[in-house]
Amino acid sequence: MEDVNHTKLETRGYDMFYGDFQALREVHIKIPANQITAIIGPSGCGKSTFLRTFNRMNDLISDVRVAGEVILDGCSIFEMDPVELRRHVGMVFQRPNPFPKSIFDNVAYGPRANGLRDRAQLGDIVKRSLRDAVLWDEVKDDLGRSGLALSGGQQQRLCIARALAVEPQVILMDEPASALDPIATLRIEELIQTLKEKYTIVIVTHNMQQAARASDYTAFFMMAEDRAGCLVEFGPTQQIFTRPQNKQTEDYITGRFG
Amino acid sequence: MSEGTATVSKSVLEAGEGAPDRCTIDFQDQANVARRRVVQGIAFGLLWLAGIAAVLVLLFVAGYVIARGAGTVAADFPGFLLDPPLGGLSAEGGISTTIVTTFYVVFLTIGIAAPLGIFAAIYLVEYAEGVENSENKWVSRLVGVVRFGVETLAGVPSIIFGLFGYALFVTTLNEHTGGFSLISGSLACACLLLPVIIRASEEALKAVPRSYREGSLALGATQWQTVRQVVLPAALPGIITGIVLSVGRVVSETAVFYVTLGGTHNLPTSLRQGGRTMAMHLYTVATETTAYEKAMATGAVLIVTIVLINLIINLISRRLTAGLKGR
Repeated sequence: MEDVNHTKLETRGYDMFYGDFQALREVHIKIPANQITAIIGPSGCGKSTFLRTFNRMNDLISDVRVAGEVILDGCSIFEMDPVELRRHVGMVFQRPNPFPKSIFDNVAYGPRANGLRDRAQLGDIVKRSLRDAVLWDEVKDDLGRSGLALSGGQQQRLCIARALAVEPQVILMDEPASALDPIATLRIEELIQTLKEKYTIVIVTHNMQQAARASDYTAFFMMAEDRAGCLVEFGPTQQIFTRPQNKQTEDYITGRFG
Repeated sequence: MSEGTATVSKSVLEAGEGAPDRCTIDFQDQANVARRRVVQGIAFGLLWLAGIAAVLVLLFVAGYVIARGAGTVAADFPGFLLDPPLGGLSAEGGISTTIVTTFYVVFLTIGIAAPLGIFAAIYLVEYAEGVENSENKWVSRLVGVVRFGVETLAGVPSIIFGLFGYALFVTTLNEHTGGFSLISGSLACACLLLPVIIRASEEALKAVPRSYREGSLALGATQWQTVRQVVLPAALPGIITGIVLSVGRVVSETAVFYVTLGGTHNLPTSLRQGGRTMAMHLYTVATETTAYEKAMATGAVLIVTIVLINLIINLISRRLTAGLKGR
């Protein structure tokens, strides 16, 4: 099966260590542009760690060492300034984490950090981002309200709007619906489907139905004997869930462990 | 998911059908529960007593001083507050210059210690963490020394800071500070406050959730932008609490000023002139004159001043944070 879309993100022989502990080993993956790629696997297999590689969030942890290559649009991310990288690769976290600021200031935060001061332009960006995150209609009457006053699902959409406001190319999502109720989860999933037109989305999930339902490609991670995370299988979601090539993948998706 | 729902509704059905007519829970452990409740009652009672005792001590001390001093203030009102002290064995006059000097010293000391202390705390919490584990052993050792220094300074008695201030600011730097002066006193007292402000600010910064920092960095903000725009505003109430405590310390500090501020009851007209704070005045009047009631009156004004300052700063802090948070 040939990729219809070109490769947006690629890792080649990517290893990661926390001190002496190897957290990821020899990961080779090509993540296609404008598709939703789900990362699944049992707890502790390094899914989140792998996701946080792409915007170099792991840099914040001391004692982390990496080897191999991680490439965004042909450029090695380790040669980029992480601040610059994160403008291109946005992130939505597991628990909604709006700043204790107004809705407007939350969404305008990224553009402002980049140096945009023009009030009218900021207003346009805030409006567009909230629309794209399907939150606009619920909050348009009072953008001065605190982001913390919203419901959990609304907060997570606010965080997505906040990420969209800096116009990234890739959006990383770390179990974005795991702290939400089923209805809010469904809304987030629908939202993610509309976002793939403009963005490449990589989403970590522990919910296999969510991966099967909401993604185009699926990567299955698994711990090796020494607990290092390895990529076991990667392919179109339909294939992973109907005709897995690897025995471990089959065992996992059929619920035999994990 | 659907399976789970089915199981739940089934068990609910069963429970409905098979529910017994009488209560069938085994209550033989009632004595046990009662015993534990008694223990809880005693514990709560003791805690309550401790709380009440703390408030009573405060009310008693403040109440005694205010009750004894209020009469003197009222007998010469508003002269006591508006007239300068005239000195002498019976401490004639009011305390106006000492009130003004107290405010001078508060503003100066906080003005010096607050920025230094807050910046040091930001360094320790936001930047030193990474440095501490860095390859460079010397830098990480230096950070360790700074931390240890702050902790040690917090336990040093204030008269030591006073003597240090006397030796350095009053004597050695006499040419620049004018000897016993506002600037000497404020610098010495700022040394005393630094650990207080650093530790309060450190606690406030550490209490800011990691997720705020990550959220900001993930949006392409630099670390400084993150600190400035997200972490500091979130930590502000805690930092301000530290400042409030420090203001209280300056207002009530006597030992440091006794050996650095001189003690003249004239109003200082420049930073290089000495003066006398309310706390110093209280001490002087109580020990060197026969006007004990004037000392009490000064104490009453001192306590009311501290309460007022705390109220005002809290009010400002609430306004400030409400404005930042959005509605």
